[in-house]
Amino acid sequence: MIPVLFYVAAAIAVGAAILAMTRSNAAHALIFLIVSLLGIAVLFFLLGAPFAAALQVVVYAGAIMVLFVFVIMMLNLGGNSQEKEHDLLSFEYWLVPGVMAGILLGELVIAINQTTNPLVSDPVLPKAVALSLFGPYMLGVELASMLLLAGLVGAYHLGRDFLVRNRERSS
Amino acid sequence: MMPEATVPMEHALIVAALLFGIGLFGLMLRRNIIFMLMALEVMLNGAALAFIAAAAHWGNPDGQVMFLFILSIAAAEVSVGLGLVLQMRRQIRSLDMNDASQLRG
Amino acid sequence: MQLLLTLVPGLPLLSATLLLLVGRHLPKAMVTACGVGSIGLAGIAVALLLNQWLISPEPFSVTLWQWLSVGSFRVDIALHLDQLSIIWLCTITGIGFLIHLYSSEYMAEDSDYSRYFAYLNLFVASMLVLVLADNLLLLFLGWEGVGLCSYLLIGFWYQDAANGAAARKAFLWTRAGDAAMAVGLFLLVAEFSSLDIHEVVAGAQLAWVEGSFLPNVACALIFAGAVGKSAQLPLQTWLPDAMAGPTPVSALIHAATMVTAGIYLLARLNGLYILAPAVLSVVAMIGMITAVVAAFAALAQHDIKRILAYSTISQLGYMFLALGVQAWDAGILHMMTHAFFKALLFLAAGAVIECLHHEQDIRRMGGLRSRLPVPFWSFLIGSAALAALPFTAGFASKDLILLRVWSSGPEGALLWSGAAVGAFITALYSFKLIFVVFFGDINTEPTRQPGWRMAIPLGVLAFFSIVGGFISLPLDSVVPLANEEPPHGLIAMVTAGIPIVGVLVAYLLFGRQWIRDLAGPMHSTVGTWLAAFWHGGWGMDTLYRRTLVQPYTALARGLRNEPIDVLVNLIAWITTQFHLGLAATQNGQLRRYIAIMVVGLILMLSLVDGGAS
Repeated sequence: MIPVLFYVAAAIAVGAAILAMTRSNAAHALIFLIVSLLGIAVLFFLLGAPFAAALQVVVYAGAIMVLFVFVIMMLNLGGNSQEKEHDLLSFEYWLVPGVMAGILLGELVIAINQTTNPLVSDPVLPKAVALSLFGPYMLGVELASMLLLAGLVGAYHLGRDFLVRNRERSS
Repeated sequence: MMPEATVPMEHALIVAALLFGIGLFGLMLRRNIIFMLMALEVMLNGAALAFIAAAAHWGNPDGQVMFLFILSIAAAEVSVGLGLVLQMRRQIRSLDMNDASQLRG
Repeated sequence: MQLLLTLVPGLPLLSATLLLLVGRHLPKAMVTACGVGSIGLAGIAVALLLNQWLISPEPFSVTLWQWLSVGSFRVDIALHLDQLSIIWLCTITGIGFLIHLYSSEYMAEDSDYSRYFAYLNLFVASMLVLVLADNLLLLFLGWEGVGLCSYLLIGFWYQDAANGAAARKAFLWTRAGDAAMAVGLFLLVAEFSSLDIHEVVAGAQLAWVEGSFLPNVACALIFAGAVGKSAQLPLQTWLPDAMAGPTPVSALIHAATMVTAGIYLLARLNGLYILAPAVLSVVAMIGMITAVVAAFAALAQHDIKRILAYSTISQLGYMFLALGVQAWDAGILHMMTHAFFKALLFLAAGAVIECLHHEQDIRRMGGLRSRLPVPFWSFLIGSAALAALPFTAGFASKDLILLRVWSSGPEGALLWSGAAVGAFITALYSFKLIFVVFFGDINTEPTRQPGWRMAIPLGVLAFFSIVGGFISLPLDSVVPLANEEPPHGLIAMVTAGIPIVGVLVAYLLFGRQWIRDLAGPMHSTVGTWLAAFWHGGWGMDTLYRRTLVQPYTALARGLRNEPIDVLVNLIAWITTQFHLGLAATQNGQLRRYIAIMVVGLILMLSLVDGGAS
């Protein structure tokens, strides 16, 4: 049962990625990208990394993708926003991603109810990851935190001008 | 434990390679910088999947640690990259990467 | 005495400096007073010196200041007056003054009046330094100063490119000789570690054996400088072209300054040349050949000034011939008389040219005898002296040279016959000039008469052209004099008769219209060819142009594109191409970079795989 789940999730992840790369509308592409990320999260879960799967959903599909959404909204890509809104709500646009997401949700439910996971003999538990992370990889964590701080400062600096300019223009 | 059909690590790695390749082609073929950033995300996910698969196969936490690092890199990259998108929009009034060629020699 | 001697070159130099610095802003009368007056005052100083000299003929030196001092080698700015230099002083300042006076009228209309007089004064000053120099280095300074001024004055009307070319030619040809002369001076310094003329000559007579290698080389090298400066074969081609300058400048170059410097140098160093009899016989031979060759060339010219230029070369040949056979006094006497009558001829020619609106071609002149009496009589006297007709100055000196040559030794007869042919041709062309210009039909009407400032120098020079030969030059302390009297008898009569025959032939050929028409051989093919050949100065100009100038300009033209640099530029070009190729990849297209990175990644991965298996 589990391998079938794996291949289906993999197919959805790859197919959603291909669809995301081939859309002309950025908003549609973003939705497919999120589906692809969710598929990968399911793969993580199946591969015995539930913590990574949770992070994938929360941080990747959640936080990072929200940034994309903000930028796309801010740039107002695709001209008339009202027409756009209407398009997004139309049936044909959300059907395919919705079906894909539904399948993934079903898979997740099935996988959680399985007592044994044949894909991994001894799963790596979050505790081991945490011990490793704050043990030998301490320096990497510090570097990552520095990187995130730099990203924060850089994004603020790059984006501030745009926002200030836009506020002035609107007022 | 009863023998059950399993998925070899190679298949997981093939999926990872497929994702990486899709991202790479997207990066090369799309001209819109938003799509290029998305393609980068796909590529990062391909790499992350490879790490997770390897970690599951060897029972080693290092793969998951690497996933966490990839996550933080992706977060920083996206924030700076999207800031650059805003700047690009302002400076050259286009999101087409072919227009952003002031660094030509 | 010493102050007077310093003033002689000092005054013209001062005037030249003044005129060069502020001459442009001075009124014309001031410039004239300055330019002519300085030479006049120098002339008065020379006259006072001469007066003193006649009372107490003692050579003396004035050391003004020390110029160079390197180890034991020491050169002073020092002037030396003796019999030789005082003769030159009288000639230079006397004739120079007359030419300056003449110039003040001749150049009155020129816009560069002050520059002209500045150069002219500097020219005279340089020549005075040259003849007064106590050592060979100071002499060389004056020598080069003369060369510089000749360049400046020949190219005085520099707006015409041809004049500039003539000036460059004069400068370069004399430089060719000067280079050899400088080497000769270095040799003397190396041998005697001194350039003081008296020390060098005395040292040479002690240290060198007559006819040995070193004196021959040194004398030959210094003689090369004299050849260049005095326009002897083979460096004579610059002098006819030097006619590009104003006519008084030609008079100055040909009579008082510049060309006689070579004569002075050889006479001054006679003690050295006696040690090199081989060089002396070469000097005599070159002088004789130059005299003949230039005389023929003069015969074929049409330009009045070029005729006189070739005659100068020819007469200088006589002087070198005299020096070569050790008839020093005859050569120096001829220098002086030649200065008188050549200045007279040039100034008269200048008057004719000026009165005929700058017409220089004698074929368009004629019948000017009654129209321009002053130039006519000047020309007649000058030509008579040039042809060495009896009772003129030219006769006294040239006759002396020919007779001395005859009795000079085994080669005497050969040299004499060459010189006699030259003398005949000289008489022929000088009276051809008279007959063509002043007799026959009037071709061009003169528009004005020469004024007093032109007429006075002509009169004075005409006077000296007749009586100048009777001045007996005291030379006993500077050159060895011949003991025996010149030969008498048949040879003396023949020598004296040659010019008269020349004048008669000239009269028959050019003075009588009917004979001129009958002169068939003149118009034959050979005659025409010969005339053209001589007109071009025996093809020397063409020869030099083919062998020296054209290869050189061709080389320069080839080098102008810098063929050597092509190799170096090739390296730069290759680097540039690499740069362009690499720059082409930096096209700013991010997607292209990505594609290239991917290709590189695939290549590297394939290599890794190959290594693993």
